[in-house]
Amino acid sequence: MEIPKSFLGYKRENGRAGTRNHVIILPVDDISNACAEAVANNIKGTIALPHSYGRLQFGADLELHFRTMIGTGCNPNVAAVVVIGIEPKWTKKIVDGIAKTGKPVEGFHIERTGDIGTTMKASKKAQEFVMWASEKQREECPLSDLWISVKCGESDTTSGLAANPTVGNLMDKLEPLGVHLCFGETSELTGAENVCAKRGATPEASEKFMKTWNSYNDFILKEATDDLSESQPTAGNIAGGLTTIEEKAFGNFQKIGNCKFIDVLEPAEEPTKGKGLYFMDTSSAAAECVTLQAAAGFNIHLFPTGQGNIVGNPIEPVIKLTANPLTVKGMGEHIDCDVSKILTREMNMSQAGDELIKSTLRVANGRLTCAEALGHKEFVMTKLYRSA
Amino acid sequence: MATDIIIHDKKDNVGVVVIEKITPKQECACWIMEDDSSANIQSMDEIPLGHKIAMIDLNEGDTILKYGHDIGKVVKSIKKGEHVHVHNVKTKKW
Repeated sequence: MEIPKSFLGYKRENGRAGTRNHVIILPVDDISNACAEAVANNIKGTIALPHSYGRLQFGADLELHFRTMIGTGCNPNVAAVVVIGIEPKWTKKIVDGIAKTGKPVEGFHIERTGDIGTTMKASKKAQEFVMWASEKQREECPLSDLWISVKCGESDTTSGLAANPTVGNLMDKLEPLGVHLCFGETSELTGAENVCAKRGATPEASEKFMKTWNSYNDFILKEATDDLSESQPTAGNIAGGLTTIEEKAFGNFQKIGNCKFIDVLEPAEEPTKGKGLYFMDTSSAAAECVTLQAAAGFNIHLFPTGQGNIVGNPIEPVIKLTANPLTVKGMGEHIDCDVSKILTREMNMSQAGDELIKSTLRVANGRLTCAEALGHKEFVMTKLYRSA
Repeated sequence: MATDIIIHDKKDNVGVVVIEKITPKQECACWIMEDDSSANIQSMDEIPLGHKIAMIDLNEGDTILKYGHDIGKVVKSIKKGEHVHVHNVKTKKW
């Protein structure tokens, strides 16, 4: 298949391109959710991103909170942002971070004004933003404007046999065309960590990966009451035939094809070394991982599943693929790309990779994903430790 | 010919059932992805889609190989053709 050289995206002020054109209402903290949701309810075409944290966090955990908030606002799938927080200082910090992209952003704080007054002021700004954004047109953008993140979930053995290698095939074909790629899931590489480390493009990248994985593993050994056997593999994984974390890890690892990663990113850290594959230190919980990747600037997500994970994200479209025919049959409304014919050998891996490239470009051009049509917009902050 | 079981790597001692299920005493056709070769095996157990079958006899302490890599240890001996899963294989990590 000849791979198209471009897609239709929204060009942003900072040179990036979006596959979506969202106007988001971003609460700085948990107690500002109600106001943000009231604004999104008032102004049609906007979307609130409620979440659970943002008060009394400190240190690296607070830094991650800000990085996730600012990164979400900066994502090129977002046209404009209204930020609402309880107090002015942190609200302004997030507004200033997002403003560096050049996109319209304005902040409101609730103290001294209350929910109702703030809702009114923020709604007026949100209306202005959404009407402005509604005139944006999709334009031809080079394929290299795609930043593709990947994560698998509710995996079973069909994931490692077929759906994950299909993503790997896509990576092998798109990496030479200059796209950015990102995989994560530190915990779910356990058992394959040494093999994964060898995929570092440089000794520094390999070393950074092992340092990241060891730090995670030390944490598990310190915190776990017994081991992870109750959660890794999950009950769904086991029902699907996965027996051990090692088996899951080697299946997971198929997603990167033959690519080598050029750098290791902190959670929600924007890549700065140019095109190519990055590893990000993330949880393997689906919504947390996708939220971090979206906050790092990735604008389209590929999600291979076995037993049928249903996750979505409010700003980054999540494309599901599966090779499990029972999942296609039982929950087809969640599956954007069916590659189950690999198992019956009616489709080879290269054909499956081509099908996934076609699905990816259709979604990049504007086709809704199943998760979008079904209203999945899981926005889940990663928290590193308890608040003060 | 239809494939009942897929094996990733020539070195692997387990295969994955890719039809809805296989039944005891079924003659199964296996496809080895690595070199596009074929093999046959008779199943001993009923094994559902996505679950593993032992391609050889395995003793307690043996290593299970899949993707050509170590994915765990045998904790209860397994006969060729039997179901391989959490009842007879455990992680080496914990």
